[in-house]
Amino acid sequence: MTISTSLGHLFPLTGAALVGLGLFGFISLRHPLRQLLAVNVIGAGIFLILGGLGRGEGVTDPYPQALVITGIVVSVALTAVGAAMITRLAEERRAAGTASDQPKDQGP
Amino acid sequence: MTWTDLAVRLLLFLGLFFYAAGTIGLLRFPDAASRLHALTKADNVGLGFVALAAALQWGSVAVAAKIAAVWLFAILAAGTSAQLMARMAKQEDRDGS
Amino acid sequence: MTSAFELILCLMILGTACVALFMRDFLAAVAFFVVFGNLMGLAWLTLGAVNVALAEIAIGAGVTGVLLVLSRSRLLALGEEISCGPAKPWLRLGAAAACSVFTAVLAAAVLSIAPDDGLAPVIDGLMPLIGVENPVTGVLLAFRAYDTLLESFVLLGALVAIWSLAAPAAWPRAPAALRMTDPAALNVAGSFGRLLLPVALVMAAYLVWVGSDDPGGAFQGGTVLAGGFLFAAMGGAIGLPRSDNSALRWSLVAGPLVFLAIGLAGAALGRFLAYPEGTAKALIVTIEYSLALSIGVTLALLVAGPPATTETGL
Repeated sequence: MTISTSLGHLFPLTGAALVGLGLFGFISLRHPLRQLLAVNVIGAGIFLILGGLGRGEGVTDPYPQALVITGIVVSVALTAVGAAMITRLAEERRAAGTASDQPKDQGP
Repeated sequence: MTWTDLAVRLLLFLGLFFYAAGTIGLLRFPDAASRLHALTKADNVGLGFVALAAALQWGSVAVAAKIAAVWLFAILAAGTSAQLMARMAKQEDRDGS
Repeated sequence: MTSAFELILCLMILGTACVALFMRDFLAAVAFFVVFGNLMGLAWLTLGAVNVALAEIAIGAGVTGVLLVLSRSRLLALGEEISCGPAKPWLRLGAAAACSVFTAVLAAAVLSIAPDDGLAPVIDGLMPLIGVENPVTGVLLAFRAYDTLLESFVLLGALVAIWSLAAPAAWPRAPAALRMTDPAALNVAGSFGRLLLPVALVMAAYLVWVGSDDPGGAFQGGTVLAGGFLFAAMGGAIGLPRSDNSALRWSLVAGPLVFLAIGLAGAALGRFLAYPEGTAKALIVTIEYSLALSIGVTLALLVAGPPATTETGL
């Protein structure tokens, strides 16, 4: 049960573009919080590839849907841990009084 | 096309008109207060029309009640966030001057 | 007509993603990220994946957006800068080249796979066995229950990781308060939070209940619950609990524990995570309700962050 490929591939291709965009953002943005946002864009792109390729006539395969829901929850957990680490590092920097240690040095 | 279809289309069109007006206001108005005014007032009317259209389209009382609840909480949330944003904007103005 | 709508939607998704990534003002960038998440939700709706749309809008746009805004204001309060200078030109050029090539390879890989819902008929055939009608719930709680069990432990693990970041002096206090500092704003948020929390409880219970047959489920319900908790905390209607509160700890582990217990009982009767015939729906709903509670509390605490010594709000 496949639908016309030109339409069927629209969302997965958008997902691929999102992955590329997010990756570029992750490399070129020099602030950890922005990189965290970029990781979320990459994740959204991967979900769109995964779910979009399960598209059939009228319905979408429930199996990738379930995987995507799992993925969304795991990605928010990852984002929360990342955000907590970024905040904690900033607190440590402030406590240590090393104001010169700018966040832009905390690249990947 | 039945009368219901016609009514649904008319309501949708009205809703979209108000949404467009709110968006134009958001883009064109000069300060935070008037932008919020455009956004919350016009968009909530737009949402009301779209919700009415959706309720009419389904034609079931249970669904209409759910849509009414969604609409109610959407305008409550819009009102709350508009208040909060207006207060923040006012504070920034005060800090700025 | 449909394809025109989808094309515009995809272009808007890509556009908002660009703005969210590269806008200078981080607060505006997060606002665009939330718009991006909502448009993604619309894309999932277009794909007929209502369950995913609910999860994406509630978690992907909502909770992640709150997390990013909260981190921004905490970093600003610590005197950090959020904006950053542009990366070196050679780095940007190299990254652009590498990412273009990667995207092209990925797109080629995507094009080589024909979109197919091959597993849908298989799952449809198995659904009568478990008595629930929502195939996504069926996959999550029955056919791939193992994944969901591990996922509930991943959430718990993430919270443990965040708690372990607490400064020694802060443990086991409550996380830094979320309440707003401006008294008038606190008043507005408080009235809405007090109204929202009971509604969120009812809504979460409803979402889990309809999740067996219609779109909804434990993750969506849990997120609504977390949203209610967070807004009530921002309005000062509820305080955040200390990390050694035993009621809190039980509600954190309730979902994973019930899930594991039912799974082990299944192992005793035959196979791990296999439900005895005729009891599948009752067990699934039991697991879902305890999971929703744990997910709601865990998500709210994930957003709130590690225990802190400071009492200042937003």
